[in-house]
Amino acid sequence: MTMVGAIPLPFHFRINLVGLLASCTILLWTLVALFAPLLAPHGIGEIVDSDYFGPMSAQFPLGTDYLGRDMLSRILLGTRYTVGISLAAVGLACFTGVTLGMAAAVAGGWTDTVLSRFLDALNSIPSKLFGLVVVAGVGSSIPVLIMTLAVIYTPGSYRFARALAVNVNTMDFITVARARGEGVPYIIGSEILPNILGPVFADVGLRFVFIVLLLSGLSFLGLGVQPPNADWGALVRENISGLPFGAPAVMFPSVAIASLTISVNLLIDNLPRKIRDRSA
Amino acid sequence: MNEGAVRRSLSPSLDDRSQTGNAMNRFVWSLVGGRLLVALFTLVVVSFTVFCATAILPGDVAEVLLGQAATPEAVAGLRAAMHLDEPGFLRFVRWLAGLGSGDLGVSYANKMPVTQLIGPRLLNSLKLAGVTALASVPIALSLGICAAILRGSLFDRLLTFGVIAVISVPEFMVATSAVLIFAVHLRWLPALSVAREATSFLDLLRIFAMPVITLAFVISAQMIRMTRAAMIETLNTPYVEMARLKGASPARIVLRHALPNAVGPIINAVALSLSYLLGGVIIVETIFNYPGIAKLMVDAVSTRDLPLIQSCAMVFCVVYLLLITIADVVAILSNPRLR
Amino acid sequence: MANLVEIRDLRIGATTDAGRRVEIIKGVSFDIAPGEIVALIGESGSGKTTIALSLMGYAREGCRIEGGSVVVAGKDMVRLTERQRAAVRGTEVAYVPQSAAAAFNPAMRIIDQVVEVSRIHGLMPDDKARLRAVELFRALSLPNPDTIGERYPHQVSGGQLQRLSAAMALIGNPSLVIFDEPTTALDVTTQIEVLRAFKAVMRESRIAGVYVSHDLAVVAQIADRIVVLKGGEVQEVGSTAHILQAPSHPYTQALLAAFRPGGPPAGAAPAPLAQPVLELRDVVAGYGGLQSDGRPLVTIVKGVSLTLQPGRNLGVIGESGCGKSTLARAIAGILPAASGEILLQGKPLPSAAKDRTREQLRQVQIVFQSADTALNPAKCIADILGRPLAFYHGLKGAAAEARVDRLLDMVHLPRGLKHRRPPELSGGQKQRINLARALAADPQIILCDEITSALDTVVAAAIIDLLKELQRELGLCYVFISHDLPTVEAVCDQIAVMYAGEKIEQMSRDEVGARNHKAYTKLLFASVPKLDPHWLDSIENDPEVVAALSRR
Repeated sequence: MTMVGAIPLPFHFRINLVGLLASCTILLWTLVALFAPLLAPHGIGEIVDSDYFGPMSAQFPLGTDYLGRDMLSRILLGTRYTVGISLAAVGLACFTGVTLGMAAAVAGGWTDTVLSRFLDALNSIPSKLFGLVVVAGVGSSIPVLIMTLAVIYTPGSYRFARALAVNVNTMDFITVARARGEGVPYIIGSEILPNILGPVFADVGLRFVFIVLLLSGLSFLGLGVQPPNADWGALVRENISGLPFGAPAVMFPSVAIASLTISVNLLIDNLPRKIRDRSA
Repeated sequence: MNEGAVRRSLSPSLDDRSQTGNAMNRFVWSLVGGRLLVALFTLVVVSFTVFCATAILPGDVAEVLLGQAATPEAVAGLRAAMHLDEPGFLRFVRWLAGLGSGDLGVSYANKMPVTQLIGPRLLNSLKLAGVTALASVPIALSLGICAAILRGSLFDRLLTFGVIAVISVPEFMVATSAVLIFAVHLRWLPALSVAREATSFLDLLRIFAMPVITLAFVISAQMIRMTRAAMIETLNTPYVEMARLKGASPARIVLRHALPNAVGPIINAVALSLSYLLGGVIIVETIFNYPGIAKLMVDAVSTRDLPLIQSCAMVFCVVYLLLITIADVVAILSNPRLR
Repeated sequence: MANLVEIRDLRIGATTDAGRRVEIIKGVSFDIAPGEIVALIGESGSGKTTIALSLMGYAREGCRIEGGSVVVAGKDMVRLTERQRAAVRGTEVAYVPQSAAAAFNPAMRIIDQVVEVSRIHGLMPDDKARLRAVELFRALSLPNPDTIGERYPHQVSGGQLQRLSAAMALIGNPSLVIFDEPTTALDVTTQIEVLRAFKAVMRESRIAGVYVSHDLAVVAQIADRIVVLKGGEVQEVGSTAHILQAPSHPYTQALLAAFRPGGPPAGAAPAPLAQPVLELRDVVAGYGGLQSDGRPLVTIVKGVSLTLQPGRNLGVIGESGCGKSTLARAIAGILPAASGEILLQGKPLPSAAKDRTREQLRQVQIVFQSADTALNPAKCIADILGRPLAFYHGLKGAAAEARVDRLLDMVHLPRGLKHRRPPELSGGQKQRINLARALAADPQIILCDEITSALDTVVAAAIIDLLKELQRELGLCYVFISHDLPTVEAVCDQIAVMYAGEKIEQMSRDEVGARNHKAYTKLLFASVPKLDPHWLDSIENDPEVVAALSRR
């Protein structure tokens, strides 16, 4: 594939147009998550419109919700929950998964077998179902949500990192390190990790998308973030009765989710590349 | 490399072919048997997880059931009757034995046997899933294979973008978009309420259309992606290049050389994609108010009806496990070297 | 017309990973007469396979024919439509791939793939095609010619598959056959059989051929003319005899010079001391758990004893699967020996690396064949060389940096390389870094496991020279493991021959070919291709010995 419209970045990196647009969208949502209270034109619970499910207008660019609250403000303030919870969960899941995965690959033998079998079994519970069961048992709160999402996505991260690490582990430079007398921590940290970092970051992005989708799905079912707070999934749920009228309040939270998840996916496929021609 | 060497020297000599055939068969069946054992082990771990997640409920079920006004004696009596005073592990074994013998317990909410509640709902869900699979598998496979053959073309790039878009959005967005397009703007189909008996074929079609469209989109996207990847992998092999250098036509290359070697991975992709139906079905049944098992379970969660939740969860897990085990077994059987 | 093939000013472009267009074939022209076999010879990246494929009007993904003409039997393959090209492929020009094992469809019986050419082009009825295929199997001296076609590709050996793929190429009665390094992946004893079969069939049917190879000696046996390529350009064209006797181009001369390596370092003959540096006593090694008889489940090395005298080099030679690499791993402790003793300067070494002291580990260093996988691609050269310095000698900071510079000097690499990463280096440079890392430990013994076999001839010869030079300066000992007799002869004083996990013979370098060898040794030594064009026709291996010993 040729790099159509490659845009040069500092340090010999290049990114194409799709990648650039995607990174801008992600940056935008990050800023919104950080500064939402300063950006939102109205308070989160403030009823500002006399009518409910108001249309898009100059005053309310994204319409109003089922109580007549400003949708733009509610979406901006919902960003924190969706992005924050997902980030915390993905960080937890991938840190645990990657560490265990590398350890299992290098240690091999019984450690590897037991860990792999157990986590594979955990992976055999459909993710939404896992969420449903836990919420039914424990109830829903933000720490519980983060923990549940992290537990659900740890096995996948483990499996991915282990597969990568097993491949690197067969390389001769690992054998050389072993023959030199190096210990397991050095081999994991210094020989394996630098070689799997790229794919692992791509995997973190992908898993972040899955977590955003699952969190939104749970919130949509009423099992995620609880009122009066609302993340993007919960916003769709509370306004679903506006669907037959085609109210903007139903679609815009979904659009927000889609813009974030599609951007992350596109960025992974169009990551900046370092130009490294030997002759150049 | 070393493992390969070991396997090569372990595998029987290829000179005695009849003996080889038997040894190969035994080898294949031992692999398949191993996979089934793993599935069984997984089921036990899964049921333990489901049991734990629902049993660490704060508060006492007996108190919940009898309400505030119950006397301590009544609560204690109910506890004993429900074996709640026994240690957790014993309760798990009792529950597992119940599941094994088909006794799923009694619903807390309406005191009906869980089996009776689940039966008709499960049938409804299977109908929905079956219709969706019938509609989407042929379309998705043809699209995935075509995209692989025409990779790099405009068709492939548009399809790939569409697939990424569908995979990256929540199922409820696909569902709400479908409602907006087909019910609100085009007015072809009813919007939300389908909770009534179908009186004619057209009626049936209208009831099924929206949930099926939504689910079909979701699983087709997965299936197209995996089929395309599997097909591209075989198209990049040296033997496909060799066929081209023998002067074979594009149709012959695909039909005789690429497809037969991609069948295993493709069936694997189908089985895995169908497992995505389970996640989709939970959202779709809720949003369209479809009387299936997922809706039953979501309702049970809101009333905290534990036996019902546990049973529904186990039904889901068994179906899911069945699908991924089929996918694994197909992957083993489709290896031409093991035939 | 006089020539079957006329290539004029052929230019082929490729896209690099970064998306830049580069020209990989820069205006190549040569001819092939009917019935003539022309060899394309050059190192990897010289464009020899790309040119050969252009004879079928085919360019691999990312490559494109950008100019010139390739006229085969009056048709310009560059200008034909894809459909017209398909009609030529298999009927007029046919292809024998480098790895037949990968080029056969694993899901189809061999016979169906062989007669497919006739089926595609409607050449003859199916039953006739099958008879013709069996005839070809017989002509290529395949065992069981009547039934071998009924098997699936994974059920026959590599050497047989290579001949079966030649049958697949010949069934359409082409006027030109392209052989793309068809024997490179084979052992020497197998290579001889395949080469003989090819040569007989080609001579018999008077088919023209293009033989792509990096091995001058193999090419000398089969080609009438040789085209020497480098960097996508023709360096020299001439008859085989002319190229071998009087090469005019410097590159061709270097190629030939690489074929005549000198002996082991002169003057490196200290009086043999009483105590050997390394001694192996009845070492057994393999994979899988130990069985009741104390042997591993799969025994690869079956009781090998060796001694290495100070200042001397020991060569271990054998074909793939004979256990020579496993032996090196057992010595290094990577694959602990199941039984037997390994003595380092008279003191027993624990069998597993993890039980050895740091000092013991330091003394024995191992260098692997593929520098691509032996160097961590994510680290810069300074870190790769710095680690053993820190690990064994506790060197840090400026002292370590000065030592890294000295190591780079020793292996004749510029010091500026230390800030680069392995993927930015050439194959030869990587192998030098690989050696430098072993030297950083300041070892007594370096185990060299096929360290030159992945390199181009000229580069490999330079590495051999470097090994000798280092030995002169540092007084090292090498255990040199290889499948290639000339390289072993160039480095080693003592040569051990391994077969099926056992050391069957050991001799000094002067005794090679000069004494009455064991049958397998004789076969192995006789199978090493020589530059003499009459070598293939003159050797007479006893077919029974071949059948019994070479596990084809």
